[in-house]
Amino acid sequence: MSESEQVQTREPILKVRDISVEFSIPAGGLFGGRKVLKAVKNVSFDLYQGETLGIVGESGCGKSTLSRAVIRMLEPTSGQSIWMGHDIQKMSVKELVALRKDIQMIFQDPLASLNPRMTCGSIIGEPLLIHYPEIGKVERLARVIAMMEKVGLTADMINRYPHEFSGGQCQRIGIARALITNPKMIVCDEAVSALDVSIRAQVINLLMDLQKELGISLLFISHDIAVVRHIAQRVMVLYFGEVVEMGDAEQVVMHPQHDYTKKLIASVPVPDPKVEMERRELRRRLRKAAA
Amino acid sequence: MALLEVKNLKVDFDTTDGVVHAVRDLSYSLEKGGTLAIVGESGSGKTQGAFALLGLLPRNGTASGSVMFDGKEILNLPRRQMNKYRAERIGIIFQDPMTSLNPYLRISRQMTEVLEHHRGMSHSAALVESIRFLDAVRIPDAANRVHMYPHEFSGGMRQRVMIAMALLCQPELLIADEPTTALDVTVQAEIIDLLVDLQEDFGTAIILITHDLGIVAGTCEDTLVMFGGKVMEHRKTLDLFANPQHPYTQGLMAAIPRLDKKVDRLSTVSYEFMVGERQA
Repeated sequence: MSESEQVQTREPILKVRDISVEFSIPAGGLFGGRKVLKAVKNVSFDLYQGETLGIVGESGCGKSTLSRAVIRMLEPTSGQSIWMGHDIQKMSVKELVALRKDIQMIFQDPLASLNPRMTCGSIIGEPLLIHYPEIGKVERLARVIAMMEKVGLTADMINRYPHEFSGGQCQRIGIARALITNPKMIVCDEAVSALDVSIRAQVINLLMDLQKELGISLLFISHDIAVVRHIAQRVMVLYFGEVVEMGDAEQVVMHPQHDYTKKLIASVPVPDPKVEMERRELRRRLRKAAA
Repeated sequence: MALLEVKNLKVDFDTTDGVVHAVRDLSYSLEKGGTLAIVGESGSGKTQGAFALLGLLPRNGTASGSVMFDGKEILNLPRRQMNKYRAERIGIIFQDPMTSLNPYLRISRQMTEVLEHHRGMSHSAALVESIRFLDAVRIPDAANRVHMYPHEFSGGMRQRVMIAMALLCQPELLIADEPTTALDVTVQAEIIDLLVDLQEDFGTAIILITHDLGIVAGTCEDTLVMFGGKVMEHRKTLDLFANPQHPYTQGLMAAIPRLDKKVDRLSTVSYEFMVGERQA
């Protein structure tokens, strides 16, 4: 049985049904009133345990908005997201706080998402302080150090401040902070986009290793379909808030069905001069066909 | 004779923590109409190396070595003389098109100003010429859009305006510093394809500075890989990709997830080559 078949036979840990998000924005002009912007339109998907679902799309296509609406970091206009049988959209504040233990986030800008006035150790330990206040100081410290070592940092860095770390190390701190509560799912919002090529490969490998070891599900948002194909088993392509294509990552990349997916894939630069020259010809043809 | 001849370029920055050597020893030459990609990660010195030859270093930066442009030394020229080169013979495109356009002025004003000042054109002739260049960078309805403000354009369109402005005086050399990094990937492909077409049409020599080896592959004849302010490898792009020689280049290439090849695990760059270099 292949990996994706195995995934299908289990019950999903997260079921998302018809999520829509609308924003009220100025319609333009001094007295133009307001109009409705539909950022996410009726999106549904399932996420299984230990699986990575990639969400790709361009800036403004609604991928971050979608992920935030699903876990109710912002209120969706309509739709449901069922987390292990419970509707997140109907949860009380208390239940939501408890949910944050299970669902964590990693953000794009490694430095900006860390409090500059807190040390590395207190940043990583803070979720424990909030969600597990019963854990004592000594135990917390031990867990922080163990987690730092897990993500490739060393214990002697514990009292350093974020600005003393490189971008890749800051992202490791962000990953450690997300993992410390033993979450079942992590939302990675462009988590490797701001990193240099060599560092990006390290962080991607780290995420994949940790996922394998801990069985976490990842909702992996990225504009880079090559990265998504590498890390995700399934991929969803968003375009103007709508799902235009969803399926097995390999299948979508090798045999894209929708015109937008075709254009997206043809646009990704491939580090091979011969391939890239052929692809330029392909792009020319696609552009002519569109005109 | 080469159009641009850079020899032993060094760029240092005086900081409170001591002197930072951003570029340690950079030499290359570029023929008329040639294309060169300078690739490196952040901090490799790729941008400062290019800014130095245009006299665009911040105040605490100093450049030494030699930069010959069309047979004349241009490194550390007085501002007045440098301006002449920058405006008329060397064009530059920056990463972020929004911060390099004046938000208060219409595109028409920003473009015609250049032609009136440097080419002595009348306003109406300059406007016609500006529209012609906006057409060349494939901005639809250029005759009307020329009168718009920068914020009325999308990111990709703004970068097209920047390219049109950089080409206005038909420079012999165009330096593009990460011209597509701020753009979506479909827009990036359009801009890169456009640069390649313009290079063929106008015969402008191009230096493309980027962190993305993928972009380099299909665009430039020669590629120069930088790391830590030094040149790691400088060869024909075709050869470099077919058979990378330097361990850093090899590592960098293996670290990129590729659409045309599936690997189980990405390689990471090994910096072992640095150990040998430090001792040497």
